[in-house]
Parts: sequence; C-alpha cells; structure tokens
Amino acid sequence: MSRRRKKKAWKRVDGREWNELRPLKIESGVLPNVDGSAYIEMGRNKIIVGVFGPKEMHPKHLSRPNTAVLRCRYHMAPFSTDPRRSPAPSRRDTEISMVIRNALEPAVFLDRYPRSVIEVYAEILEADGGTRCASINAASVALVDAGIPMRDLVVSCAAGKYDGQLVLDLGDYEDKEGEADVPIAFMPKLDMVTLLQMDGVLSAEEFDGCVNLALEGCQKIYEVQREALKKKYEVEEEEEKKD
Amino acid sequence: MKGFEKVSTEFKSRDLVIPGDILFEGQIRTGDNTYRWQGKVCASRIGLVEYSRGVVSVITLEAGYNPLVGDTVVGNVVDIELGRWNVDVDASVMAALNIPEAIDAPFRPDIVMPDILDVGDTVVAKVVDLDRRRTPILSILGRDLGKVERGLVVSITPSKIPRLIGKKGSMVKMILKETGCDIVIGQNGRILINGETREQEEIAVKVIDKINMEAHTTGLTNRIQEYIKTMKEEID
Repeated sequence: MSRRRKKKAWKRVDGREWNELRPLKIESGVLPNVDGSAYIEMGRNKIIVGVFGPKEMHPKHLSRPNTAVLRCRYHMAPFSTDPRRSPAPSRRDTEISMVIRNALEPAVFLDRYPRSVIEVYAEILEADGGTRCASINAASVALVDAGIPMRDLVVSCAAGKYDGQLVLDLGDYEDKEGEADVPIAFMPKLDMVTLLQMDGVLSAEEFDGCVNLALEGCQKIYEVQREALKKKYEVEEEEEKKD
Repeated sequence: MKGFEKVSTEFKSRDLVIPGDILFEGQIRTGDNTYRWQGKVCASRIGLVEYSRGVVSVITLEAGYNPLVGDTVVGNVVDIELGRWNVDVDASVMAALNIPEAIDAPFRPDIVMPDILDVGDTVVAKVVDLDRRRTPILSILGRDLGKVERGLVVSITPSKIPRLIGKKGSMVKMILKETGCDIVIGQNGRILINGETREQEEIAVKVIDKINMEAHTTGLTNRIQEYIKTMKEEID
C-alpha cells in the first residue's frame, strides 16, 4: 500500500483526521468569587481555572522586590481519572504546575507589580490527555479576565506520533500508546514559543513536522479563546436589546 | 497625524480588543493599557480601544486598582503595627495609615491605637502619597473622611468607576437624586451606600450592579434612570 493511500484511509481511534482538533469549548468569567476565571472543555478534558491577584504575597519572604511572582497550581480532582486518583499533590502535579508557570510567565507584565503575587489555580475535573495544554489555554483566558496586563494570550497544543503517523492534539489513548508527544505553548501575536517539551522518539524531520502541526492547532485554538473573551460582553449587549 | 486612519485599519475607536492585538504601527504616543513592541503598539488588557489625537489607549473592562495620589478609597483595616494601620484597599500592596494622618497629632507611645481604629473597621480615606516602594499612604483627615459608622459597601470592577461617576458626575448625581441615598465612591471599586430606608439602599445596590455589568454600552444613564423608576413603582 502506498503511503498516500494509507494516509487517506487512516483514521484515528476516536474517528478524527490526523490534523483535526478535539471539540473545543472555552468560557470566561465563570466564577464569581475570584478575580478572573475560565472553563475549558477540550475533548473529554474538563478544566476550571481561577486567578487571584495581583495581591500581597504570603509568606512575605517569598516575594520579590522587583517583580510579582506567578504562582500556579495544577491539581487533578480525585474523580478526574479511573481509577480514583489520590488528591494529594504528586510529583507529576508539581512538575506540571512549574511547566504551566514557565509557559505563562513570558506573557504577563510581572514587573509592574513588585512584591506581590498572582495566583493561578487549575483544577482538572476530568482528564483525557493533554491536560497541561488545556490548562494553559484556560489559564491565559482567566488571566485576561482578571485584568492582569498581558503581552499576548498563550495558546497551547500538542502534536505527536501514533501508529507511525503524525497526529494533532493527542487524546489519552494516543498519549499512552503512541510513540511520541510534543506539547507546545505559543504566543500567536508575538510569534514566540514559551513551552516546548518532547516525550518519546522522533526523527528530526518528524519533530519539525510535529512542531508545525502543533502551531497550526494553536492558531485554531487562539480563535476560540478570542471568541470566549469577547462573548462575555456580547451576551450583555443582547440582554440590553431585549429590555 | 497624516495617514492616521490608514495605519489603523484593523480596529476603529470603541472596538473590543484583547491583549496582544496590534492597535497601531508607527509614531504615536502609547496611552493606558498599551505597550510598544518592535515599533507596534499593542493592547495589554481587554477593553475598548480609543484613537484620539496622537495617542492610542485602551479603556479597560477588567483591571485591578492602581493607587494614585488624590484618590478617595474605601478600605478595611486589617492590621495594627507600631504607629500605623494596614488598610486593605484591593491594591496589589497593603496601604498604610500613619498616626499623624489619622488624629492630626504626632506619634506618642501612650496612644491606644485600637480605640481610634480597630481591625475590621471600614474607613473612607484619601491617598496622599506613594512612598518609594509605591505603597499607598492614606489620610483620614479632611471632610467626609474617617471611620465608617453605618451603611453598606458594595464592590465593582475598579476600571468601571468612571462610568459610575459619569460625565461631570452626571450618573452619580442622578442616582443620588433618584434613590435618595448618600453614596461615597472609592476609586478602588468599593462604594459606600447610606440610605434612609433599606429599600432605597437595595435599589442603589441593584443600580450599581447593573452599571458594572453594562459599563461598555452606550446610553447608559437614561437606561439606568428608567430602571430606577420601574423599581420604585414596584415598591409602591
């Protein structure tokens, strides 16, 4: 079978094309008690993000005299996976918290708020592979909703290799059974990459292909983020017309 | 200013913009909530873009409180230190109220500070200075300033305070007249309401919530006036 024909007939486990994103839904301003919030559904991932700040840092000795500190917490709810997951923070949670912080930090004007802290809490309600990417997408919407000055939105998407084929936005099964996984976070307007990880084995060409594929996916997600942010104000305008 | 319209084709005044949106390319002054990057002027907050003579700025819809000298604020006393109270005004740092700015007398060790202001008290204060670390320094000496004895406090997004005040105070004057409440607006987004009856206060709270939700729309003052009228009729 020729390569091209194989590509045409080939479908993914969940019936998607190789360059197709999972169904995506983002909502901003969903929580009344925080400064900013967002909710994302990316495939079967369900994540809610709340942002506080900028506010005074506690404990005080952790604050920086010249910039604010971005504090991120990634946490998976016990009911987010099957079997039940321990709610205590694991090594993985700590690492992903750090990854999210590093991905978001370049986009935030932290130097405008010395000695303070901006807190980002990402709560995974349901996990389906690619939670770090989905968390970054929701977190950047929540940061904008909190009115924190930002250089750009941060968009994140993964690409990888499954069954010898490059695929976009890996689901849980592809993540676990596939050959490789490349999550990327990206600032589309500034054209800068803020996160690039790789897990698995890829040739140099395949790696380039993955990066380009993921960046394409990022552009699509960016549009959804924009719409989510604008929607909060459009709905109010419609209500007003009804009055 | 020549060619101004040509360069800003993507957006026009009062369009909703999002952080990272390129508002202008070329020579122009950067106003509020914008930054310059590689010769381009970009938005740093979500809001409505405004192109005026030689300046591009964003009127933001979401922003925390940025203390400025001269602001009237409504704050909460959260801590007492030697010679000063720490007041939470919803800024990124705690504000300080020193004894000379509270009782118009120098600090003496025998002053019992909780007798003047205790933790949990609400104060109406003025920002008189920002110190070298940009900590706001407050004062409660002056007319209409000091400890709050009664009333209720509501919070809105601080960036929407100008909308609540209106052009030359048109909005707040109208609310004062229509509801009969006494309203003190803190620039930090906290508003102190004092009415003769509970009903009056409730109307004022609802009105302020509505302004908070619809700050970015036009013709708001007239709509709010209608809104108050219908609520008053419901009570009668």
